[in-house]
Amino acid sequence: MATFTECRMVPVLVVWLALCLSGTWAVDRSNFKTCDQSSFCKRQRALKPGESPYRALLETMELTNTRLTLQLINDNNKVRLLLELYRLQGNMTRVKINELKPLKPRYEVPDVLVREPPTEPLSVLSQDENGVVLSLGVESQRVIVSAQPFRLDIVEGHNVLMSLNSRGLLAFEHLRMRKDTQAEPEAENKEEADTAHQAETTKEEEEKVEEGMWEETFKSHSDSKPNGPSAVSLDFSLPGVEHVYGIPEHADTLRLKTTDNGDPYRLYNLDVFQYELYNPMALYGAVPVMLAHNTQRTTGIFWLNAAETWVDISSNTAGKTVFGKMLDYVQGSSETPQTDVRWISESGIIDVFIMLGPTPKDIFSQYASLTGTQSFPPLSSLGYHQCRWNYNDQEDVRSVDAGFDEHDIPYDFIWLDIEHTDGKRYFTWDPHKFASPKDMLQGLKDKKRNMVAIVDPHIKVDSNYKIHNEIRSRGFYVKNKDGGDYEGWCWPGNAGYPDFTQPDMRAWWASMFSYDQYEGSMDNLYTWNDMNEPSVFNGPEVTMHKDAVHGSWEHRDVHNLYGLYVHRATMEGLIQRSGGVERPFVLTRAFFAGSQRYGAVWTGDNAAEWDHLKISIPMCLSLGLVGISFCGADVGGFFKSPSPELLVRWYQTGAYQPFFRAHAHLDTPRREPWLFGPENTALIREVIRQRYTFLPYWYQLFYHAYRTGEPVMRALWVEYPQDPATFAVDDEFLIGRDLLVHPVTEEGARGVTAFLPGKEEVWFDIHTFQKHNGAQNLYIPVTMSSIPVFQRGGSIIPRKLRVRRSSACMEHDPYTLFVALNTRRTAEGELYIDDGHTFNFDNKEFIHRRLFFSNNVLSSVNVAPEAQFTTKSWIERVVILGASKPRKVTLITADGHKSQLDFDFDASVSVLTIRKPSMNAGEDWSMALQ
Amino acid sequence: MFWYLLLLWGGISAVEVQRPRGVPLSKRPFYEENKPFTCLDGSRTIPFDRINDDYCDCQDGSDEPGTAACPNGNFHCTNAGFRPTFIPSSHVNDGICDCCDATDEYNSGAECQNTCRELWRKEKESMQKLAEIAKEGFLLKQQLIQEAKRGLEEKQTKLGEVQNSKKDLETNVEALRTAKEAAEQPEKEAKERHLKELLGGVDKVNTAAFETIWSKIREKYVSEVRTQTPSSNTDGPAPVETPQEEVREPVSDNDSEPYPDDDIPEEEDEDEDEDEDEDMDDGDYKVTGFDYILECLPIFTKSLFSSAAQKARNEFEEAERALREVDDQIRNLEKEISFDFGPSSEFAYLYSQCYELTTGEYVYRLCPFNRVSQKPKYGGSETNLGTWGKWAGPEGNVYSVMKYEQGTGCWQGPNRSTTVKLTCGKETVVTSTSEPSRCEYLMEFTSPAVCQEAPDLEVSDIHEEL
Repeated sequence: MATFTECRMVPVLVVWLALCLSGTWAVDRSNFKTCDQSSFCKRQRALKPGESPYRALLETMELTNTRLTLQLINDNNKVRLLLELYRLQGNMTRVKINELKPLKPRYEVPDVLVREPPTEPLSVLSQDENGVVLSLGVESQRVIVSAQPFRLDIVEGHNVLMSLNSRGLLAFEHLRMRKDTQAEPEAENKEEADTAHQAETTKEEEEKVEEGMWEETFKSHSDSKPNGPSAVSLDFSLPGVEHVYGIPEHADTLRLKTTDNGDPYRLYNLDVFQYELYNPMALYGAVPVMLAHNTQRTTGIFWLNAAETWVDISSNTAGKTVFGKMLDYVQGSSETPQTDVRWISESGIIDVFIMLGPTPKDIFSQYASLTGTQSFPPLSSLGYHQCRWNYNDQEDVRSVDAGFDEHDIPYDFIWLDIEHTDGKRYFTWDPHKFASPKDMLQGLKDKKRNMVAIVDPHIKVDSNYKIHNEIRSRGFYVKNKDGGDYEGWCWPGNAGYPDFTQPDMRAWWASMFSYDQYEGSMDNLYTWNDMNEPSVFNGPEVTMHKDAVHGSWEHRDVHNLYGLYVHRATMEGLIQRSGGVERPFVLTRAFFAGSQRYGAVWTGDNAAEWDHLKISIPMCLSLGLVGISFCGADVGGFFKSPSPELLVRWYQTGAYQPFFRAHAHLDTPRREPWLFGPENTALIREVIRQRYTFLPYWYQLFYHAYRTGEPVMRALWVEYPQDPATFAVDDEFLIGRDLLVHPVTEEGARGVTAFLPGKEEVWFDIHTFQKHNGAQNLYIPVTMSSIPVFQRGGSIIPRKLRVRRSSACMEHDPYTLFVALNTRRTAEGELYIDDGHTFNFDNKEFIHRRLFFSNNVLSSVNVAPEAQFTTKSWIERVVILGASKPRKVTLITADGHKSQLDFDFDASVSVLTIRKPSMNAGEDWSMALQ
Repeated sequence: MFWYLLLLWGGISAVEVQRPRGVPLSKRPFYEENKPFTCLDGSRTIPFDRINDDYCDCQDGSDEPGTAACPNGNFHCTNAGFRPTFIPSSHVNDGICDCCDATDEYNSGAECQNTCRELWRKEKESMQKLAEIAKEGFLLKQQLIQEAKRGLEEKQTKLGEVQNSKKDLETNVEALRTAKEAAEQPEKEAKERHLKELLGGVDKVNTAAFETIWSKIREKYVSEVRTQTPSSNTDGPAPVETPQEEVREPVSDNDSEPYPDDDIPEEEDEDEDEDEDEDMDDGDYKVTGFDYILECLPIFTKSLFSSAAQKARNEFEEAERALREVDDQIRNLEKEISFDFGPSSEFAYLYSQCYELTTGEYVYRLCPFNRVSQKPKYGGSETNLGTWGKWAGPEGNVYSVMKYEQGTGCWQGPNRSTTVKLTCGKETVVTSTSEPSRCEYLMEFTSPAVCQEAPDLEVSDIHEEL
């Protein structure tokens, strides 16, 4: 949903009104800071490379079993830093840098790491006055600590994998007393010296007081900055790397661009009204994780800092043309390609995790070991979601629900946006429009369907509102700089913002979701957290003032974490209301590293434009790379009204993305799937039904994401890491490793050119079963009904072809196995089954089978013999793509019983369809083609 | 439509006919027991034991009428005691009761009750109710038609009369014009002389002199202007443009014209008027500039002129005004006479009426053939949800839907519009309003004028199957 577009209902927001009435369709850039307007970014970016004042004091080095510590000194001001170096299990190195003796503690991000990462011992290989060489244990990996200027190089054999401070851009603004205003400057200096936090610095070099260090204004907002400058910054060099990815959320290409000629990529959770595409501006969420990749290796950098952060990227090859690069190659004069990145954060410390891969999947597992994996969602949430701002009343909900049945279109969730509440008081219902929510929910439940209602974190300041009174009386609101409750404008008008960083606040919030507290709620009601950047209509950059106070920390320190905490507390509430039995489903707009543990995210308030359809692919791919698999974009586009063609194409794309929800702005005409004529209705019905046939595969992939952290929707290079042709592809994607999707995202398209990766691969069109070779660009003529999707030869995908009203209605239905043979005439796949909605899978209540085809025998074997689950589902059909015609097909069941099966063979496409083998999906069996 | 399936004695069983599950009686001959079955699309022939064996063999789904195996199949619910129906085969054994005879859930564990008799009873009741309403409504409608006929005749008579009186008025106006011109002649010279004195010629404006005079006559001018634009007074009674004597029905719509203006959105008119009004109240006249002075000139020069000429002028203007009024009357009458009030003018009675519905937040107001509006219940200004556009029902039933268009514009959206759905009822009432899409309103409206003659309640489809 929802930025501030509804002028009529919030008459107070004069500034907004002006903005609304301006009626432009692009972001108003002047509402958001550039690096130049953000004083710390400007200061840090002005530093020149190669002038590092930092020196490692080797004599201070201490090595214990778990870590190495070492002091660094800034030779300009004599401020000392403490470097901590950890070797982490799973091929990672952690580098922490803080002030040795800060004036007061600096913020270290809590609650993001799933545990204190387990360490492995480091050992000193050699040491002299210039530096120390440490062994990282495996594979001749070493860390070289150079003393002057300080730098770290991580090497393997003769190759440098990554260097820190190699350009000398390490900067650490130490906390200091203010000396530019009060009293006489000299007295002030003396006083500071007396505080003596830098004991030995008798003659501290005069720190230059620059504008913006102690106070900063942006538009009409001022930031009081009581702690003064506190930014941290560090550069990383990546030799041999030309491709870097990640650091979502940006509306930009999958492959990150260099930032030399513009602003750095910004990470600062913001409610951006009508965001623009293909630029580095900040959006709703922030995951400070970057992946670097070349044909040899994938590495990752996880910069654990929740303050406003900017990331600069430069490359020594970026400016070169393809011809130039070739020339270098031919002449052999090429310098090694190298990408340099630099992270700048406004406060906190430097705490960085260097993930050394070497494969993309190693990176996923390394990052997952730090921040956890994607939560395993209820199966129903992988179905289709019908949303709109707003379904007006219970009758509206009933009639939309009935419309799906009338048009025979499945769906699992209908959504209610902010208008369902009593005056934007979350946890309540409009007494006229939603007078009997339980009747409504029961009506949906009778059809095995569910609902999501929005709960935003801004709380209407209203002494007749229970939630507000409780939060106020318990002191749970975020405070302003003067100690009062922070208040800002949002949907309800004047609103308070609960301090979700406090554990007791979160516990209280979670308790509000219990059935007795949240009146009108039932077990098929789930939750959506919007506006949790947090969005503050009248705040600087539409968010909270940085000098607002969360306990002992400033908002500045915790900003990018706020949304994660809201999401977490809500998710915990949904778990608790069921006594820990049922899996929750919570959608969030704002997120941070670790948000994958709490549910789904979407790409916010996009627009009904073809370019927004296109960008949904790289935006979700980028999120997948950093652990957040459950991603989707508003199908149809939130702002504006899509043409029927765009809407159909968007359904066709969204049906093959993880989170599949249609959504629309309040001011747009209705767009339920059946409102665009019978032809378009049929097209949309068909693609939603396709989605449902693939639910077993989606579900199995999410189970894997939960177990391993591997993305569900994958960039091609993840599966083909040695093929540079895949490195920048972001107009198509893989689902798991077995489905390749190239959606049609061009208006009036007559054809698309899909890249089919893999020299060894063959790909089968899932609609026509036509076989295509890998490693080619394939031109595919398209009509409005075409969705180019291919199944990889060598894979087995279980599907359920009996599409019903909702996923729950299909629970006991039989499977059809699609076996696509590769050139070696083998194939392999999995089948995962559980109850679809509880945590019982954690108690080994599931079926997990490996399916494989080789030597003309297809078999199902149990890969989790310790697990127990029974299913009514059976195998109704096996479709073998790329088969030859057998004389007979014999089924051998677990008890050794043999029976002949009927089959059809379509010689024109070499497809063998085996009729009704009928064995239970949870059993052992094999099937021989002779 | 409603009646053809109505059963007066549903649920009485006749003979049980053996046939595969989910097959309607009419298709039984295609499913001959123990003989090969040919898919109904003729695509292939399969052994009889593959019918309803829970595997889809026919592309058209015809081999699995009683299971969910085919994606495009249909299941026939016999629904003995109620109305037989087809459901998509995807609804078979999905745990949700769809057929009232519960036959669709034979293997899902869902506990479905046979509700056919109950449904039939309820439907009969509601149909009887509807039939009664339709019957009474239809009688009322006949009265409405008669009234409309009489009304039309009266209007035509009236039109004749008014047209006659117009001739007299035209003659009168001409006579008075001549008299006025004669009376004004002596005064003309004096006027020109005075103009020269005051302004020192057309190219030399004596502003100071003008201001002196203006301050004396200002009040008079303002009040004259006011009376010239009475419709701007939105708090007052009926607008002057509505000739009261024309309206035979009680006028409850007193804040706008009875006829929609085809060309100019009414809202704009009112807004402009209000703006002028406010300006006058401010009394803040910046009387500078030659144009303005010339504009005001006739008013203050009036004060200088002879009473004889003034009298002639007044009489002439009075006559002209009367003529204008008559023209208005004729125009309005002609418009009303030619207005499309339905095939028998049965909707004529709605004309110049208004109907209100109060919801949680708003008071909605429908003034048929004029406009729809919405006003916040607890104060706030009214919003125009559309002015009369057209009859917009589907072909063959055009008079079942009214469309009101070009209401107040929405931010970044369309102008507001309202669709009014008419259904048969004894009363003329707005029964519900909603806004299914932003700025597109839907109103349900009952009226006897849409009632159709009810066919006799007869059994047209006796359901004997089990």
